[in-house]
Amino acid sequence: MDLTYTPEEEDFRARLREWLRGVLPSLPPKPSPDDWPGRRTYDLGWQRMLYDAGYGDVHWGSSPTLRLIFLEETEKAGAPYVGANFVGLLHAGPTIAAEGTEEQRARWLPPILRGEQVWCQGFSEPDAGSDLAALRTRAWRDGDDYVVSGSKIWTSHAEVADWCELLVRTDPDAPKHRGISWLAMPMDTPGITVRPLRTLAGSAEFAEVFLDEVRVPVANRVGDENDGWRVTMVTLSFERGTAFVGEVVACRRVLVELAREARKNGRWDDPVLRRRLGRLNAEFRALWRLTQWNVSEAEASGGVPGVGGSVFKLRYSHARQDLYDTAADVLGPDALDLDRPWVLDRLSSLSYTIAAGTSQIQHTIVAERILGLPRGR
Amino acid sequence: MRFQLTDEQRAVRAALRQLLDRRFDREALRAAVEASALDRALWRELGAAGFFALRLPEAEGGVGLGLPEAVLAFEEAGRALLPGPLVATHLAAGEVPGAADGSVVVAAVDGGGVAEWLTEADVVRGDASGAVPLRSVDPLTPLHRVPGARGAADPVAVLLTAAEQLGTAVRVCELAAQHARTREQFGRPIGAFQAVQQLCARTLVRVEVARAAVYAAAVTADPVDIAAARLLADEAAVRGARDCLQVHGGMGFTWEAEVHLHLKRAWVRTQRAGGTTESEELLACDLVAGTG
Repeated sequence: MDLTYTPEEEDFRARLREWLRGVLPSLPPKPSPDDWPGRRTYDLGWQRMLYDAGYGDVHWGSSPTLRLIFLEETEKAGAPYVGANFVGLLHAGPTIAAEGTEEQRARWLPPILRGEQVWCQGFSEPDAGSDLAALRTRAWRDGDDYVVSGSKIWTSHAEVADWCELLVRTDPDAPKHRGISWLAMPMDTPGITVRPLRTLAGSAEFAEVFLDEVRVPVANRVGDENDGWRVTMVTLSFERGTAFVGEVVACRRVLVELAREARKNGRWDDPVLRRRLGRLNAEFRALWRLTQWNVSEAEASGGVPGVGGSVFKLRYSHARQDLYDTAADVLGPDALDLDRPWVLDRLSSLSYTIAAGTSQIQHTIVAERILGLPRGR
Repeated sequence: MRFQLTDEQRAVRAALRQLLDRRFDREALRAAVEASALDRALWRELGAAGFFALRLPEAEGGVGLGLPEAVLAFEEAGRALLPGPLVATHLAAGEVPGAADGSVVVAAVDGGGVAEWLTEADVVRGDASGAVPLRSVDPLTPLHRVPGARGAADPVAVLLTAAEQLGTAVRVCELAAQHARTREQFGRPIGAFQAVQQLCARTLVRVEVARAAVYAAAVTADPVDIAAARLLADEAAVRGARDCLQVHGGMGFTWEAEVHLHLKRAWVRTQRAGGTTESEELLACDLVAGTG
């Protein structure tokens, strides 16, 4: 068991730090959360800077350890996270890299890496949430096209996306997991309607997408027809792998700030609150170690994240909610003021036990795939 | 960074598991519950296997390994519910003659509160004056109440205790999953019911989080990391044993099922070395010190 990094890894870290010190002061001011075109420009601009500096493909082109260092250092330096590039860099990109043809990789990956195109995700549907394989959006073959009709929901960045990674049902008669295909759909195709959804935090973070006889070329299908479920599982394992590294680093910083605030406003003298902060320190230290453990495991197994991601996601999502509930205890009545720090974070933390597989689904995954319990109902 | 067990570490763990499977199986555990005496022959065998001398330099007759290997050994001891003052004797190796080879049993008093195995031990380190025996909740750990203030805890003792707790957590998770796979009600294994699956899954999550914390603390030997490991391992052991008991239903409440022994031992270990409060306060202070 070794927690020290190799000289090459330390060198990577040092060069990255120096580069960040040089470029971060020249970043434009962050756009407001409701300024979608502004966010698109800002996030793509940051990805372009990463690309020019040789960090464009760090999310799937480098070893898990270098990715860990990259996410740790960018967060510590206060650099932007992936933002609107989330689906391109962490879902669609890795899937195309793993399952696409050479032609498809050449067509779609460079614009993602160069910060030119935004992708969104059309997976969930109003009646297919946790039971994703029950999705009903239909695709019929018509010559060289699929004709797609149906609706998708919880689609982040749909308003400003160029492409959508779309799951459609191509064989309604097959068992539900075996009739699904994965398509890349251009978002400017006629027949697509995007309706923004307002979250409980007040902002329009995602959208509903309605599809009315949208024509998508058959050449845009990644993987075989009706093999989309397997192709999708590759994507989801990436989502539950190292996706939260930066956030754990950020949570540890918030914890230190909370302690400072509690000292300032006198709440620190309450031993119950103080020890709760101490426990959260233990929690996030352990989550960081679990990340290092999972990354080392992925490194040993050739880079594919395992079911350990479910264990991490379960614990982390609850720890994050606990962190911001504790922040509210530190703030007292100020926890009701939306202009105070951490109050909006507390609201958005509520999505963590739901998005990317609810805690209940994650428990089932752990019970069946790790502990070998019989399939539940 | 390669934060995984090395081949040598796997070998250390496998060798001890083999020894304990052979010498301290379920029947031996039953016998130990009924007998009040410590199995001296087993203690010497542990000594011969290097359990106590694990971290002593080879020049002093030790095995010359480090904290990570010791943590793996104590995890196995915890998993097997091995009784005796294991931590105290291990820490006495090289300082108390006979401790290293298991010919002498050493107990320790780490300040006020309770002390384990005072009567059985050949040597008692620390101030045991005024110690009064109490009726121990754990049939496998005789206890004395010791007057006086609690001293500062030895971080290594805290870490090795956390490793034992981790072993308990691993074992109760195995027992719960095993029972859930085989026990049938309503015509199917109870592990097919989501309510039972959730109990088992939560136990496994606590195990893996605690494991990462305990192993990392063994590598860094940092007192704050050790305090974190302790809190998470205590939680994994105590709550894991509780959930395991629940999964076992009525059988879990019996003297015969081994679940209660794991829970009671886990309770005993939470009282060692200043209790959890000291660790929580240390971790809180660390936030203010700014190393986070």
